[in-house]
Amino acid sequence: MIRVTNLHKSFRSQHVLRGVNLEFATGKITTIVGTSGCGKTVLLRHLNALLRPDEGEVFVDGVDIAKLPQKELYEIRAKFGVLFQGAALLDSMSVFDNVAFPLREKTKSKEPEIRKKVEERLEQVGLGEMGRKFPAELSGGMKKRAGLARALIMDPEIVLFDEPTTGLDPVLATSIHQLIARTHTTFGFTGVLVSHTIPQVFGISDYIAMLADGVIKELSSPEVFCASQNPVVQQFIQGKTEGPIQVL
Amino acid sequence: MLFFLGQVGRFATDQIAGMGRMFSFLMSALFLAFCRPAKVYLIIYHIKTIGVESLSVVALSGFFTGMVMGFQGYYSLRQFNAESWLGSATALGLLRELGPVLSAFMVTGRTGSAMAAELGTMRATEQIDALDSMAINPVKYLVSPRIIASLLAMPLLTAIFDVIGIFGAYLVGVSLLGVSSGSFFAGMEGSIVFHDVYSGFVKSISFGLIITWICCYKGFYAPPMATGVSQATTESVVLSFVFILVWDYFLTSIML
Repeated sequence: MIRVTNLHKSFRSQHVLRGVNLEFATGKITTIVGTSGCGKTVLLRHLNALLRPDEGEVFVDGVDIAKLPQKELYEIRAKFGVLFQGAALLDSMSVFDNVAFPLREKTKSKEPEIRKKVEERLEQVGLGEMGRKFPAELSGGMKKRAGLARALIMDPEIVLFDEPTTGLDPVLATSIHQLIARTHTTFGFTGVLVSHTIPQVFGISDYIAMLADGVIKELSSPEVFCASQNPVVQQFIQGKTEGPIQVL
Repeated sequence: MLFFLGQVGRFATDQIAGMGRMFSFLMSALFLAFCRPAKVYLIIYHIKTIGVESLSVVALSGFFTGMVMGFQGYYSLRQFNAESWLGSATALGLLRELGPVLSAFMVTGRTGSAMAAELGTMRATEQIDALDSMAINPVKYLVSPRIIASLLAMPLLTAIFDVIGIFGAYLVGVSLLGVSSGSFFAGMEGSIVFHDVYSGFVKSISFGLIITWICCYKGFYAPPMATGVSQATTESVVLSFVFILVWDYFLTSIML
């Protein structure tokens, strides 16, 4: 469903992605791991064309979205749900209105229909009673849950998660992981997750992709990934400062 | 030497690219403003924030500007025994120049800076990216309604500024300095023509566009960090003031 070929991206003199080749299995969760600042989020943002590559292609259902004009791109983006790192809830709206927002803007659904669906999603993420609150009144974990409810409201085929547990305590991080796994089972979307919280994230992932030096060093199931003889992978898993990954 | 030339060249191309991006931002916001579906509820909301919430500051500044003009006009005109022209002089000054320019300054300070800060914060907290990723054009959703609202609100605010300013001048001239009420209004009636009112409104509409354009642009493309937002806010206000004065000069020279 999503395939990235020879993806290059630079920001001024910094060459972040240096020829990424990666295919995301349909209906599965693939987690991109790597050190901080290695370009995981940059790669994720290319998958729904929030960033355009300097070189290379990003295919979604066979269409290269990197070169699409805005109108066609928006049609493709309707297939995506995105959970941003800070949840990116619109702070002028209540949680309910945030979750209802895509339905109100992109569909012709009637208000009772919208209300029913939003309440159902909020219930699924454990925020049944929080609809009236504003983002500023929520804790970090609640914001992520509300962001997830909004990402899922349009029944997307693909959901992108940008570091969904960053800044959360281990208990809350586990609960968010469990929530992602549960919603994945319910909705069956293709999930792409960016994270560096290992090994916790292995439990919900079907595949792990290791990004280092601007390329994918390893793509395998969590079990195979852990047993990999690749020194980059082993250094990352073991958290060593010495090895092929340069630490400043 | 080559390094220096390279830096100058890069600076020049960056500036030109920036201007091009700013212009294309305006064009796309204007185009999207007239594309369906119209965001009527957002336009009404922004008329409230730009217009209604700026009312008190515009009224207050109009009142005191008018009173100052009353004083200054009286003492200038008295030297020529022409105090009876006070109404005409203040009304002309307010309608053609001070009303549109000062109310635009007030709106820039009160609402324009808030627009830049709000959009800058939305950029920093990925809210603009979130809109984009939901296939909702952020320019259409965030900028176009503000532009329409400012085009509608600015002439009304200017009209209120003018009327209250004239009242302030009347208060000082007639009640305080003893100019005859009849001559105050007669002079005004005799010298003000529709073109004076019209040119003031044309100015106010164009100033409304300038304020929203610059402040939204600066906020929209603010670097995603705290200093980026503050920098965008400052730049938006300063640039709006400069643009308003420069554009005022050109409009005045065309419409005089």
